[in-house]
Amino acid sequence: MQGPLIDTLVRQGVSRRTFLKYCATLASMMALPPTAGRAMADALAAARRPSVIWLPFQECTGCTESITRSHSPTIEGMIFDMISLDYQETLMAAAGFQAEEARHQAMKENAGKYLLVVDGSIPLGQDGVFSCTAGRTNLETLKEAAAGAAAIVAMGSCASFGGIPRANPNPTGAVSVSDIIKDKPIVNIPGCPPIPVVMTGVLAHYLTFGKLPELDDKGRPKSFYGETIHDRCYRRPFYDQGKFAKTFDDEGARNGWCLFELGCKGPVTHNACATTKWNGGTSWPVESGHGCLGCSEPDFWDAGGFYKALSMPADPLKFVAVAAVAGAAVGVGVSLANRAKKGAAKAAHETTTLADLEK
Amino acid sequence: MNDLQFLTWVRGTGLNIAVSIFLLGVLWRLFEIYSLGRKKDLSAPRHASGASGLHTVFRRSLPPPGMLKRSPISYIGGYIFHIGLFIVVFLFAPHILLIKSLTGLSWPGLPSQFVGLAAVVTMAAMIVVLFDRINKPVKRFLSTFEDWFTWAVTFLPVLTGWMAFEHMLLPYTTMLALHILSVQLLLVVLPFTKLFHVFTLFGSRWYNGRVNGHKGVPV
Repeated sequence: MQGPLIDTLVRQGVSRRTFLKYCATLASMMALPPTAGRAMADALAAARRPSVIWLPFQECTGCTESITRSHSPTIEGMIFDMISLDYQETLMAAAGFQAEEARHQAMKENAGKYLLVVDGSIPLGQDGVFSCTAGRTNLETLKEAAAGAAAIVAMGSCASFGGIPRANPNPTGAVSVSDIIKDKPIVNIPGCPPIPVVMTGVLAHYLTFGKLPELDDKGRPKSFYGETIHDRCYRRPFYDQGKFAKTFDDEGARNGWCLFELGCKGPVTHNACATTKWNGGTSWPVESGHGCLGCSEPDFWDAGGFYKALSMPADPLKFVAVAAVAGAAVGVGVSLANRAKKGAAKAAHETTTLADLEK
Repeated sequence: MNDLQFLTWVRGTGLNIAVSIFLLGVLWRLFEIYSLGRKKDLSAPRHASGASGLHTVFRRSLPPPGMLKRSPISYIGGYIFHIGLFIVVFLFAPHILLIKSLTGLSWPGLPSQFVGLAAVVTMAAMIVVLFDRINKPVKRFLSTFEDWFTWAVTFLPVLTGWMAFEHMLLPYTTMLALHILSVQLLLVVLPFTKLFHVFTLFGSRWYNGRVNGHKGVPV
């Protein structure tokens, strides 16, 4: 299925109008000027399907699940169809030698031009034996595939930041893609899993402008990760009024009050859930009554517990009892020393008599 | 260390260290101060001391006659920033939650916008009293390093907290971590500076009132 994208879309019954609407929506979502929608449509329509190689490492396939869930009726799914997905272990029909052959062929034919998508972290411990494909460690595979890639998309929190495999004590020595690859443009699309439209948005941007979108200091597209969940949360007014749900089934929870006290990490989490929502705009975690876990931030797993409010201690205060005893002991010690000093001064005191004064 | 790790550190290890030093210092100094004692006054009380100690605790919160006119900035500014600090520290919902998790005590909070306004008023009052201290030759002469330092460590938590709340200058996560860190600095220095008046204020007033009552000058 080669040729311009628009031909394929027409074959699949997508009208030009629907396609333009999609591009305009995507452009506005990414905070691009209105003209960019047109540019995007032109570029996307004419685009030849770029080769995409998707490498799964230490992952749970949740990221692939997320993308495929957006698949069937939506145009995002069609765009996804329109790329030439040359290697994706979960989705491809080929297996074993055939699959590896497909990857090598795609890498050879599109050297320097293909887009590399990675989900999952890369284990470095024990020479990387924790995760191997076709008898090769993830580290080897990544280095080989990255060498010929035009750009790399780190899909999900594991590929972006190490994710759950990297959680303390990190038994496999897991690291992110950007910890290993330093000489290629990398875009991080964190989330556990990430939002499908963010993936397609970044892809569309890349096809249109030939480069990755503007990124923040953690390598995430600013258009989707520019604001916190808290700032865009529909429950924000309750936070400002000081109305909080105290448990998951109290009056406050039923009234849809703020989930801050139940451990919501919305204030420190940059993602687009509050605006794009999930499952075709049906709902999102906070709307379903559960606080944000902070899954698009590095090391969210070790950020002090999902059900502890941000203003609460992340760990139990271990030294406090010892410190209190030590403080009291020092206080008593100093008191005793002071008393001894006073006692000594009193003992050394000589009474002045009249005779002394007349001397 | 990224910003979330920084925040987790100040919420965890940092808080642990700061609260421990704070507790150690407070207990040490309270034991030391209250064990000093005074020589027993053997003279017959000139006046039944009665509630003179308690009266002084309240009376010293009011300006003596004429002083409000002579030093309005000290009194009014002082009132405003102390009450402001009380509102900001104890009536902001996330702060109450912290106190609850540490002590189990809890009470209702105020809307965050109101607390934000209180923070602005508090900072304004603190800046005014600082300028007054710089401006008045006598006050300036009497000021030592400790005065400027304690002003700064009191001001910083309010400033960083307000800036985090208003999303100013730095990303919220970093600013929140800096805010908690500045509070920790305050906790660490509090027991060992004049800021310890938080604990000794009413005790020493009560003591002075009682001694004065004994001497025949009840207030």
